[in-house]
Amino acid sequence: MTRDRRLSWINGLLLPLFNVLTAFLATAIVFILIDVNPIEATKILIYGAFGYEEGIGYTLYYTTNFIFTGLAVAVAFHAGLFNIGGEGQAYIGGLGTALVALYIDPTLSAWLIIPLGISGGLLFGAMWAIIPAYLQAYRGSHIVITTIMFNFLASALMVYLLVHVLREVGQMSPQSKDFPDSAWIPFVHDVFAGMGYKIAESPLNLSFIVALIFSALVWFFLWHTRWGFAIRATGKSNDAAVYSGINPKKIIVVTMCISGALAGLVGINELMGVQHRLLLDFNYGYGFGGIAVALMGRNHPIGIIIAALLFGILYQGGMDLAFEMQNVSRHIIVVMQGLVILFCGGLEYLYRPVLIRFLAPIEASE
Amino acid sequence: MNDLLLNLILTLDASFRVCTPLIFASMAGLFAERSGVVDIGLEGKLLMSAFIAASAASFFGSPWIGLLFAIFASCIFAMIHGLASITFKGNQIVSGVAINILASGLTMILTLAWFKSGGITPTLKGDERFLSITLPGVDIIDHIPILGVIYRELISGHNILVYLAFATVPLVWWVVYRTRFGLRLRAVGENPKAVDTAGLSVEGLRYKALLIGGILCGIGGAYIAIAHNAQFTKEMTAGQGFIALAALIFGKWHPYRVLAACFLFGFLDALAVRLQGVVLPVIGEIPVQLIEATPYILTVILLAGFIGKAIPPKASAQPYIKEL
Repeated sequence: MTRDRRLSWINGLLLPLFNVLTAFLATAIVFILIDVNPIEATKILIYGAFGYEEGIGYTLYYTTNFIFTGLAVAVAFHAGLFNIGGEGQAYIGGLGTALVALYIDPTLSAWLIIPLGISGGLLFGAMWAIIPAYLQAYRGSHIVITTIMFNFLASALMVYLLVHVLREVGQMSPQSKDFPDSAWIPFVHDVFAGMGYKIAESPLNLSFIVALIFSALVWFFLWHTRWGFAIRATGKSNDAAVYSGINPKKIIVVTMCISGALAGLVGINELMGVQHRLLLDFNYGYGFGGIAVALMGRNHPIGIIIAALLFGILYQGGMDLAFEMQNVSRHIIVVMQGLVILFCGGLEYLYRPVLIRFLAPIEASE
Repeated sequence: MNDLLLNLILTLDASFRVCTPLIFASMAGLFAERSGVVDIGLEGKLLMSAFIAASAASFFGSPWIGLLFAIFASCIFAMIHGLASITFKGNQIVSGVAINILASGLTMILTLAWFKSGGITPTLKGDERFLSITLPGVDIIDHIPILGVIYRELISGHNILVYLAFATVPLVWWVVYRTRFGLRLRAVGENPKAVDTAGLSVEGLRYKALLIGGILCGIGGAYIAIAHNAQFTKEMTAGQGFIALAALIFGKWHPYRVLAACFLFGFLDALAVRLQGVVLPVIGEIPVQLIEATPYILTVILLAGFIGKAIPPKASAQPYIKEL
């Protein structure tokens, strides 16, 4: 057995754990610096996220968005690609969903309109990712830079469309007219009410179930299909993939399409699920949040669901925290996202030299 | 005719002011990328230093102290990036993203904690910020037609950081192409192994490059908050760090070309403001969003190799791992 193989549990388990703990510790230090007791803050946060029915609903509603963008980033990571464009793909995906909801015959059944809306999000999200993917694969331009540029382009395009094209007549603020009722994804509290249970109203809608289904699909796709294998092989070693007959250019395009499509689903939760119209910045921060979620969840769907739940808790709990404590705003979550990305991503090998020095001799003696 | 000239001069004048932070940030990026470290975190460093500059200038009542603190803050961020991407050989892009998000969150949290406001700092009074300087001789040259207007509106009347930005570019060129450090810097970005074999420290050179970048970003951020504006406002850098990154690529990592790209992007921005709601003959009204998006579109097209080819330094984004 080689030394590296034996130490795999350090890389696979201990390092990520230490990294997450460090990110939490760093957040606690930020709390102390702004004169907030971190233990007190954690209590309020957890109560805000889980203490009452409405809070739980909100938590899971935010979780849904993070699952979509976390999956998007993770799929790209598996092919060795860094999709930093989730923000833009989510935005344009939402446009696809909204176009279906706005222009389809509203008398059709919701059983038809909602799947079409979901397809619209998938399609438009993939469309916004395919151009950077093509340029990376066939023209050699770096995907990180192009996807950053495409985030800004998406934002400019959406402002233009909402101000000049899709804005409701007579309406001052840049937003579209309301979606017809048949394009609303049902709220969970309505579904429960239909079954005779009464629970508190919250924005949680059935998109959450869609997110779980897509998590399972991504898991199956990546680990149990030929394409999934090809994607992971390319990510592990481009040369080995080429030798085994895989075309890496095709892999780049396919992977980015899937990644963009997944990010494009943020729109179904936000627009068909909650807002019921197209508006500006509904995607704000979820694309970048997805990077933190994927890094923390180690690019595995189960890890992603857990990490997304954590960020959902932070988002919702953060709202309550901002309400309860004067010195904190919900932006503490953004700080925490940054710290998670820093310690689980950029500084992921921070503890490796130390851990290997202390643990390798112990293991060798066994 | 005179009207058109004045309009053009005023737009160019605005371009100078808009492109100043782009110049500082893209020169910062130039040092980083020439040394083989990709710096996506320019935006975050600009934002953080803008906030720190405004806070310190308001607290101490002096723009110079604000500038110093801004440089310090930006350098701390640069060193975090260095730690992640040089010492611990992590993913440089991930680390840059972390810095951007961290800056976005911290500025919001700290405005609340320090100033009890969501995302703004107190407005700076008169001499708490960098004011515009009237160059000597404006009165004399003013009498000469055209030249007088150009001198008065275009060349005179900026604040000191604008002049500093334009002075920085030849200095950067000189450092990168005419000094021993510059030669080593370029070498470490192209072939770190050769530099290592020559007995020089790859890590040391990269840290130095990032530190210079930190200083430059600090000045750029300070300019945005305490020279161009008179306070910090939420997310006030609004993607300028990314435009600087685009300018860096568009200028193919060469100081003068990057300057030209910065000026072009600054001009487009100034033009977008001027053309808002204006109906042009033949073309009609140009959507502002289209002009604003032009730098990004141009960069994408350039990167794709449709107009020339942008080839980054070879060792860009690769941590250097010494063979034992």
